[in-house]
Amino acid sequence: MDAGLMQMQGRLADYMNALFNEEILDSQYLELHELQDESNPGFVVEVVSLFLTDAEKLLDDLSRDLTQQNVDFKRAHAQAHKLMGSSCSIGAPRVKSACIVFQNFCQEKNVRGCQRYLQQMKQEFVLVKGKLKALFELEKQVVAAGGSIHRMQPINPSH
Amino acid sequence: MVCEMEKDPIEDMDIEVLPSMWPEDIRDDAGKQFNIEKPGGDEDMLKDVTIPGEHKILDFKRLLELTNYTDQGASQLAYLVKHWEYRQANAVRLLKEELDILSRQRQEVELKKLEILEEHRFEEERYGGDKRPISILDDAYDIWQDVPRRKSDVVIQNKRVEIDAEYDTVIYWKQRAMHLEKLLEASIHREQALMEKLQESINNMEKQSSPVEELSQILKRADNFLHFILQNAPVVIGHQDKDLKYRFIYNPYPTLHEEDVIGKTDIDIFTGAGVKESQEFKREVLEKGLPAKREITFDTELFGAKTFLIHVAPVFSKDGETIGINYMGMDVTDQVRIREKMARLREEMAVRNAKETEMNKTMYITEETMRAKQMLATMSHEIRSPLAGVVSMAEILAQTRLDREQRQLLEVMLSSGDLVLQLINDILDLSKVESGVMKLEATKFRPREVVKHVLQTAAASLRKILTLEGHVADDVPIEVIGDVLRIRQILTNLISNAIKFTHEGKVGINLYVVPEPSLEKIEESPEKSKVDQSTSLESKMKGEKSSSVSQASSDQQPVQVKSQNGHFCQNHALHDKTRNMCESEASADRDNEEEDTRETTVWICCDVYDTGIGIPENALPTLFKKYMQVSADHARKYGGTGLGLAICKQLVELMGGRLTVSSREHIGSTFTFVLPYKVSPICDNSDDSDDLAIMANHDSAVDDITDGFFQFQPHTRGSLFSSNGSSRTQKLLSPNVVYTSINKLNRVAEDSYAFPTNNLRVKELASPEDACSTADAAETSAETECSVSPSLHYECEVDVENGKVNPQGTECRSQSSSSNISRLEEEKGQVDKLTISEPPGSCQGLEKSCASSESTSSGIVEGPKPQPKPKILLVEDNKINVMVTQSMMKQLGHNMDVVNDGVEAVRAVQRHTYDLILMDVCMPVMDGLQATRIIRSFEETGNWDAAVRAGIEQVSSDLSCNSHSPTESKERVPIIAMTANALAESADECFANGMDSFVSKPVTFQKLKQCLEQYLM
Repeated sequence: MDAGLMQMQGRLADYMNALFNEEILDSQYLELHELQDESNPGFVVEVVSLFLTDAEKLLDDLSRDLTQQNVDFKRAHAQAHKLMGSSCSIGAPRVKSACIVFQNFCQEKNVRGCQRYLQQMKQEFVLVKGKLKALFELEKQVVAAGGSIHRMQPINPSH
Repeated sequence: MVCEMEKDPIEDMDIEVLPSMWPEDIRDDAGKQFNIEKPGGDEDMLKDVTIPGEHKILDFKRLLELTNYTDQGASQLAYLVKHWEYRQANAVRLLKEELDILSRQRQEVELKKLEILEEHRFEEERYGGDKRPISILDDAYDIWQDVPRRKSDVVIQNKRVEIDAEYDTVIYWKQRAMHLEKLLEASIHREQALMEKLQESINNMEKQSSPVEELSQILKRADNFLHFILQNAPVVIGHQDKDLKYRFIYNPYPTLHEEDVIGKTDIDIFTGAGVKESQEFKREVLEKGLPAKREITFDTELFGAKTFLIHVAPVFSKDGETIGINYMGMDVTDQVRIREKMARLREEMAVRNAKETEMNKTMYITEETMRAKQMLATMSHEIRSPLAGVVSMAEILAQTRLDREQRQLLEVMLSSGDLVLQLINDILDLSKVESGVMKLEATKFRPREVVKHVLQTAAASLRKILTLEGHVADDVPIEVIGDVLRIRQILTNLISNAIKFTHEGKVGINLYVVPEPSLEKIEESPEKSKVDQSTSLESKMKGEKSSSVSQASSDQQPVQVKSQNGHFCQNHALHDKTRNMCESEASADRDNEEEDTRETTVWICCDVYDTGIGIPENALPTLFKKYMQVSADHARKYGGTGLGLAICKQLVELMGGRLTVSSREHIGSTFTFVLPYKVSPICDNSDDSDDLAIMANHDSAVDDITDGFFQFQPHTRGSLFSSNGSSRTQKLLSPNVVYTSINKLNRVAEDSYAFPTNNLRVKELASPEDACSTADAAETSAETECSVSPSLHYECEVDVENGKVNPQGTECRSQSSSSNISRLEEEKGQVDKLTISEPPGSCQGLEKSCASSESTSSGIVEGPKPQPKPKILLVEDNKINVMVTQSMMKQLGHNMDVVNDGVEAVRAVQRHTYDLILMDVCMPVMDGLQATRIIRSFEETGNWDAAVRAGIEQVSSDLSCNSHSPTESKERVPIIAMTANALAESADECFANGMDSFVSKPVTFQKLKQCLEQYLM
């Protein structure tokens, strides 16, 4: 293992740690990584991209719904619930928290609160999206350099 | 000039004397004595007041006597007399003063006269006879005769000199004489006036000075005053003589007439509480001669319950003898009541304050404790999640190819991780139990299996030369309902505790039925009615309970006895069972009745005994306390957190039982817990799949069901066990396990029985999914497997079809199988005295294989697999969650069907039989709660009416395997909720809607695994 790779892996580890410390990701993300093995090497990326597109669509829908004359809070609640479930599953706690508050506002039928927390959700989403993309980029680099993302892939018999 | 001199004294006299003459002074004095401020004013006031005379009951004669004879009376009179005398003396003094003044004046006048006379001595000598009358006055006042005379002599002498100088003519003399005459006249005049004044004064004095009149006036005034004061006063005043007979009473509220009171004592007058006391009190005062006050509460017919403040003063005669008492009583009932009320209130207030303080303190402590607990729980939870990650990762790592050294390191890692996890779980459990969050589940389980598994597990990690044994009495039902996980936890805890403190000998479990304990007598000996129980066993159990574990006897002898016994029990139970089966198949109705009567609660007592170091008596009270160990020394030597027993106790109590301990140091300890269990009404015979399982898997099932004795002998090959120390390790050796189990299924088991090591490994089959996954991995040894599984498979299929077509078919089969079983049993009886552990999951595993084969026949499941595979349904609308969960399941070696909402879930259940459903709660179209209700309703009623009501049309019957027999009630499929917000109320909601458990999102590998282990056993 050459020094450049070591350095890169160190950077990846630091970056991961930062993401965890900032609570942008949580242990659920590690769970995802556990599920990735040689039979489906792109599992995490697959799931995360699905999440990103899904969430983007959901947030768009929500933004549109909230500008309607009569806001369908039940629908908005369901949307937020879905987003919450997804963010929960990929391990994005901050998006999840925003979703929870948003759902509470939906129950209160508080348009302003909903709008405020929609913004919050969007912000968190953009944040996690950017970070995840950067993370994937780093991982890709590590893999390209011949390394493995062993920290998150304890099951790697080929390693 | 002379005239002026003479007038002055008179005027002076008037001014000086008059003030001392005023009677006000006297009155004032008298007033002060009587504390009457203005008697004059009083009289006016009294005029307005009518004094009701009848209130006063007075024995006048006695009063007079009193006044005459008593000291007080005498002193009163003496006082009055003295006062009068004083006044008289005062008057006399004043009169004397007056007289003084008068006589002084008179003297002066006389002097003047003498002067005049001296002036005219010579004339006097001439006409001496003329001036004589003046000297008469001198005679009247002898006292002053001498001195003034001398004085006047001197004056006269002086005057004479003056006169001498004016000596002149006759006219002058005449005029002079006339002038003198006038002076004399004036003097006489003045004298007369003075005399008059004197007379007047005397008269005045006479007018005032009648003593009787004055006395009676004073008395009257005092009387009036007393009347005025007393007329509305709530006081009773009385005088009683020395026999305590009333002589005088003043009572403003009389209820008795004078004649009723006077001459009688208190006791004569009224009866009731307090009368005697007052009488005695009065007598006491009478005897002691000292006044006293006392509060006496009366309760008489006359005036009810009243409290009087009584003042009693003794009355003395003049010679100092007590002749009676003066009595004064005041009704203070209200005051007393108020006072008592106040006292009570004050007391209450004090108590309340004290309580409040106490409560505040307690509250504070409780809050603190709660906070601490909460914190502990949170912390534990926070630690647990990542730790679980570490451990599960290590587990996965252990499944990869590793060299020897790596494996060893991994073992250490895993066992340490396990320890910490266990500790944290303990803490969480405790806080859960304490905060009342812990929920108990009611599941059907087989006590024998539980005992065996616990012992197996313990034996697997045993690093000592110890015998582990278990006895289950015949009367313990084959299946009971309870929270098997918790019971297992308790047993495991107690067993590992026992092993920890036992260095040689044995550790064991006794299970037997006891009558419902009256809470004090939990540790009674087992029920006498168990006649079929061998006496040796019973005596053994008793021996264990009294903790006099005799090592010599228990080492070899009981083993044989019991193993024989165990076989006997087996057969016995088996016959019972066979009979039951036949009966139930023959007549469903009768069977139902029987079941109803059998639906009871059974109390099962469990002893966990050891031959260990024992517990010193002084440590027993703190034994079940948290974080308590017998001593610091023990803690060092044996490790542990001291939580295990506390958790056991709390769990047992939570389940309505009791955990007790008896122990003798260096001999051993016995922990005993008694728990109530429901006996399952559909025990083991009326259930389709169960029957199948028994048939297909006769030998192992029978073993599991009825074997009452398990023993795990000490092994000399300790090294093998130390390397297999972690229970998990056995999983790593899965090929062996599979091999063994397959061997057994093939009834080639005799060989393997000879090797206890295999037996121990087998236990890991407790979780069928393990068996499956390991079977997957064990493809190399699939030769035997192939030969077995298809045949089983076939049998099941046939059976299912038979079941559909002809219900009688099962009966035939069960009969044949039961005969088969008994035959096998006979065989088995000869095999070995060492009882054999069977793969506990094999029975259910086969069940599952039936299910999957069934599905295969209806052609919906993916690929036909020879291994028994549990069928799992995931109901989840979120694609991402589906992906994640599916992937995890795959890792765990399971495939599953996925549907996206409740309606689809119901449809899926209509088509297939699932072994486990993971159900999202919050879903579009139909949520998980409703779907669960519908599925449960189907299971209970056997029809899909609820689904139809909810708008789900029935699938065509040829497609649905679950609609074929509407009257038949279905086995309850475990439904696990998946909730995004794992709050308590949503958990309650899940349970209320018929879900068995819940997994909080996000679903993790660990959670999923736990869940599968729990529900797919």
